[in-house]
Amino acid sequence: MRSVLSLTVNGRAREDLVADNMLLLDYLREVAGLTGTKQGCDGGECGACTVLVDDQPRLACSTLAHQVAGKRIETIEGLATRGRLSALQQAFHEKLGTQCGFCTPGMIMAAEALLRRNPDPSRDEIKAALSGNLCRCTGYVKIVESVETAVRAREAAE
Amino acid sequence: MSGSVGQPIDRVDGPAKVGGKARYAADFRPSGVVYGAIVTAAIAKGRIAALDTTAAEAIPGVISVIHHGNAPQLAYAPMDPRPIVDPKTGEALRVFQNDQVLFAGQPIALVVAEEPEQAIQAAALVRASYAVGNAASDFSHASLEARPPEESRHPGGKPGALRRGDADAAFAAATRRVDASYEQPAEFHCAIELHGTIARWDHDHLTLWDKTQWVDNDRTEMAHVFGIPDDNVRVISPFVGGAFGSALRSWPHVAAAALASLLVNRPVELVLTRRQQFSSVGYRPRTVQRVRLGADDNGRLTAVIHEAVAQTSAYEEYAEMVIEPPAMLYSTPTLRADYRLAPMNVNTPCPMRAPGIVTGTLALELAMDELAEACDLDPLRLRLLNYAERDENKNLPWSSKSLRQCYAIGAERFGWSRRPSAPASRRDGHWLVGYGMASAVYPAHRAPATAHAELRADGTASVTSAASDMGPGTYTSMTQVAADELGLPINAVQFELGDSLMPPAPVHGGSMTMASVGSAVQAACRALRAKALDLEHPNRLPQDRGAMQQAYARLLARHRLDCLTAETEAMPDDAAGRFSMYAFGAVFAEVRVDAELGEIRVPRLLGVYAAGRIVNPKTARSQCIGGMVGGLGMALTERGQWDDRFGKIMNASLADYLVPVNADVQSIEALFVPEEDPWVNPLGVKGVGEIALVGVAPAILNAIHNATGRRIRSLPATLEKVMGC
Amino acid sequence: MLPFTYSRPRNIGEAATAGAQPGTEFIAGGTDLLPLLKEGVRRANRLVDINDLPLGGIRHEAAGVRLGALTRMSDAADDERLRRDYPAVVEALLAGASPQLRNLATVGGNLLQHTRCLYFHDAAMPCNKRQPGSGCPAWDGQNRGNAILGGSRACIATHASDLAVALVALEARVVLGARHGEREVPLADFHRLPGDTPQIETVLEPGEVITAIFVPAAPYSRRSTYVKLRDRASFEWALTSAAAALDLAGDTIRQARVAVGGVATKPWRLPKVEEALAGARADRSIFHAAAELAAQGAEPRQFNAFKVELMKRAIVRALADAGSLA
Repeated sequence: MRSVLSLTVNGRAREDLVADNMLLLDYLREVAGLTGTKQGCDGGECGACTVLVDDQPRLACSTLAHQVAGKRIETIEGLATRGRLSALQQAFHEKLGTQCGFCTPGMIMAAEALLRRNPDPSRDEIKAALSGNLCRCTGYVKIVESVETAVRAREAAE
Repeated sequence: MSGSVGQPIDRVDGPAKVGGKARYAADFRPSGVVYGAIVTAAIAKGRIAALDTTAAEAIPGVISVIHHGNAPQLAYAPMDPRPIVDPKTGEALRVFQNDQVLFAGQPIALVVAEEPEQAIQAAALVRASYAVGNAASDFSHASLEARPPEESRHPGGKPGALRRGDADAAFAAATRRVDASYEQPAEFHCAIELHGTIARWDHDHLTLWDKTQWVDNDRTEMAHVFGIPDDNVRVISPFVGGAFGSALRSWPHVAAAALASLLVNRPVELVLTRRQQFSSVGYRPRTVQRVRLGADDNGRLTAVIHEAVAQTSAYEEYAEMVIEPPAMLYSTPTLRADYRLAPMNVNTPCPMRAPGIVTGTLALELAMDELAEACDLDPLRLRLLNYAERDENKNLPWSSKSLRQCYAIGAERFGWSRRPSAPASRRDGHWLVGYGMASAVYPAHRAPATAHAELRADGTASVTSAASDMGPGTYTSMTQVAADELGLPINAVQFELGDSLMPPAPVHGGSMTMASVGSAVQAACRALRAKALDLEHPNRLPQDRGAMQQAYARLLARHRLDCLTAETEAMPDDAAGRFSMYAFGAVFAEVRVDAELGEIRVPRLLGVYAAGRIVNPKTARSQCIGGMVGGLGMALTERGQWDDRFGKIMNASLADYLVPVNADVQSIEALFVPEEDPWVNPLGVKGVGEIALVGVAPAILNAIHNATGRRIRSLPATLEKVMGC
Repeated sequence: MLPFTYSRPRNIGEAATAGAQPGTEFIAGGTDLLPLLKEGVRRANRLVDINDLPLGGIRHEAAGVRLGALTRMSDAADDERLRRDYPAVVEALLAGASPQLRNLATVGGNLLQHTRCLYFHDAAMPCNKRQPGSGCPAWDGQNRGNAILGGSRACIATHASDLAVALVALEARVVLGARHGEREVPLADFHRLPGDTPQIETVLEPGEVITAIFVPAAPYSRRSTYVKLRDRASFEWALTSAAAALDLAGDTIRQARVAVGGVATKPWRLPKVEEALAGARADRSIFHAAAELAAQGAEPRQFNAFKVELMKRAIVRALADAGSLA
């Protein structure tokens, strides 16, 4: 079964004919062509596919595309404005929150969700918010530092 | 002109990665691509009696179901010599070439469909029946048949035995002794990127977008599989989402994807599931080591006896350097080290971060801690007493060794002097607190590599080599080396890698990328600069980096050149025959163990490394912290859990194979001891990727003993082992 | 994932009718179901998405708190009154899964999540729960994660929920809705023991959905806690867990509630432990003696025998923590 799916992806309205059993992850990667959202496991184990749905962090691998009909989806590709990295992306770049880079999009989206909800999180709150995102390269230390740096940069900009 | 080498430069590939624009193998989208899904064997040994594909073929969108009954016989031409990433003995698994099943999880069919879901769904409907054989699935049983590696009989093969003096007699005569066995389970790389391949044929030319740490070898292996010239294969792999050794070889699924593409005449994408990865791309082999250490009353080693048995597959012999650390890390007048392999019906193990060395060092460093207790000595003092002033294994001087400084700086920084002197003597609420330490070591390798460097009309430079970057920062460090040699700013140099059309590079593993490819980049850029200087008087070239770009541009314009190029191969010299080359380190751990519940936390880890010159302290430190966290997982959580009755790994997911999470990581620090090594390679680098994993697990386990008084001799140290129930 | 049809009914009647058809699964958060469908562990022809049903919301009443079944775990965990009045519930919520998962998963769905038994999750292996009659390889296999309480020869799969352990300790009730109205079942009676039919996990009838969870306000609710033990510090199911709630008069225990997780085939209340505590002094030796009773009838297997001792210690810790709460 296929039916029409309408939603907003990175600020742009879309309508696609989508199979009932298609996961949001496959929709984003295969239909919308947004390969920044990654798959690292067989479902719910790694956090690499984290995207924002109406500002909330969700796993695209554990969500059917049709379940987010009418909603606002944001992926890593939507964070930069006119080619300029967001403060959070910039911090992940400068503080080496990224190593192989594969967990990075999911990690940044989970951190982005945190900062929208809580602009001044403690270290423990950062670690808790990122607890569902596995990384096998960085050892997490630089990732937490990256988020802390972004918090300071956002504060300085205000 | 100040150099960028040694400076904490930002990652040049950072913006692409944080923007979601870095493209990994499965992110490429050749037009007309269709999708593959693998069907795996449910038994560990036997024969496929029948394969029913009718239900699978009936699924809409299914294009083909490929298996041994309909696949063509492929060339699988032998490679001579074999690539260093392949085992020296046995035959690599050939996909769909016969009805034999050699391990559970072996690919036995491949479904190709228009959409990924259709392929996955159809793969679940392929029904196999088997004539079940008698599988070797029990490690302790297989160990009884263990034998030295076949390759140990040949020059250059990994050794099965090392001898110095009469270690057994010396051990019998020793007044202080340790005799203990240490078990390490199979461990899995678990990079977050799944292994995936996209294959496309254009007539008789094959293009592969693959997750690989070595595009050149991937190309050559596939050329041999299909019996076509190397030049007919191109492998592209600009980004690798972590690998740690799992992408060194060309695994069967790569050939399967290429075969499928050939048969359906469309590009085929094949991404393994996480579960399939546990039986498809190798792992660190399960190893049991018995260590006997003899010492005199002062704590000086008199005997080291190290016996290791590791698993390998029934079809290949995968051997490691497990017995190298006991032969060289400490000074001992006598040594007997034996390494044997136990063939089992499993897929072939493969190198995983610091292969063999981390395993041998684990057992040795656990035993050294036990010896310190037997000698009533501080564990660090024991190591200093037995410091090896030269490599007694190779009987060569060190090219450089700064382990003493690592110990001293580490002990000072960590506060080693505050270590609880008696086990189980320090308590903080529920928590028992302990300190532990271990030494770390990893050889400094180097291999030939070639780089191409080009000055362009605008005065910028482009440098290429078919290297790889699985995360440590190859793009960045090579850009730094090139910029320094050419006198250009970082942003005027573009380094590219990961394409087999580029000049050849060695495997991205063994911590030798910087030493090998870095030396080639340096040589090529040096040659290019010399060419430029041939055209222009040196006095007319500026010292300032910004001005240099304009100077190059003017120079090319004046000589009416579109570009100026140089390509250079950098070869290791004969220094490796005159010096023994290793990176060394010291790891310190603080551990807290819940006295009643057995939960273990590691509030502090410190690694101090002497690894020659550090090209980029920023990326190197991050790489080390990551390696140390890998060691934390090795110590506390990671293990493959096989069901011997089925010969099958059962915890094949990231929910059940437990890698460390953010909350496990508290204070972790990595420091580098400045070290000049004139012999190791022109850049003076030794590499840090592997050594960061070595020594971490024994430091943690030794700290657990200090905290609780309990010796844990099998990894991982789970709470029931700490509780002793 | 096998193809299925997807529908989104607007009311319970429609949902119940659709859900009663064979081969149908309800989906709410989907965090448990979708990966299982993808791996072929579960199969469904029809998915009935109940997210549009009016089953959200947290309502605090004098008698207790009513959690709408579709309340997201994250919303429940953020509820200040829930945290104050039923701390064990919030601690259990926060101990489970990850922020992204809690943000999707519902409290009703959490009670229905499937076991983490390694054999259940490998579709190629025998498993009586997944494929009745095929056998239980966990009995003599990799059973470190399996149950020591409530198992049968057919199945020793543990119930995986943290939340349910806290809820069963606090005597929660589950409200079940069907086409013709609602019924209420104590959570302790909601899950079934595996017996010979481990594939039947709850008392839910076809088409019936959980509409709400009711947690009564009891004198012990505020003094409740949840202790979870596992191999890594987060993002892992419990190896062993314990929920404890105490009603104290000075240092005398008026009544106690104790339940354990990670060790049993369903959320496991421990009435004998509670009886031993009632009227006793709140101190460690009493806690130890009472915890001994938890292991009565335990049937450990090769790799989970340590849970007998670990469970007792977890109970003692939970009681001690609850006892010291202000």
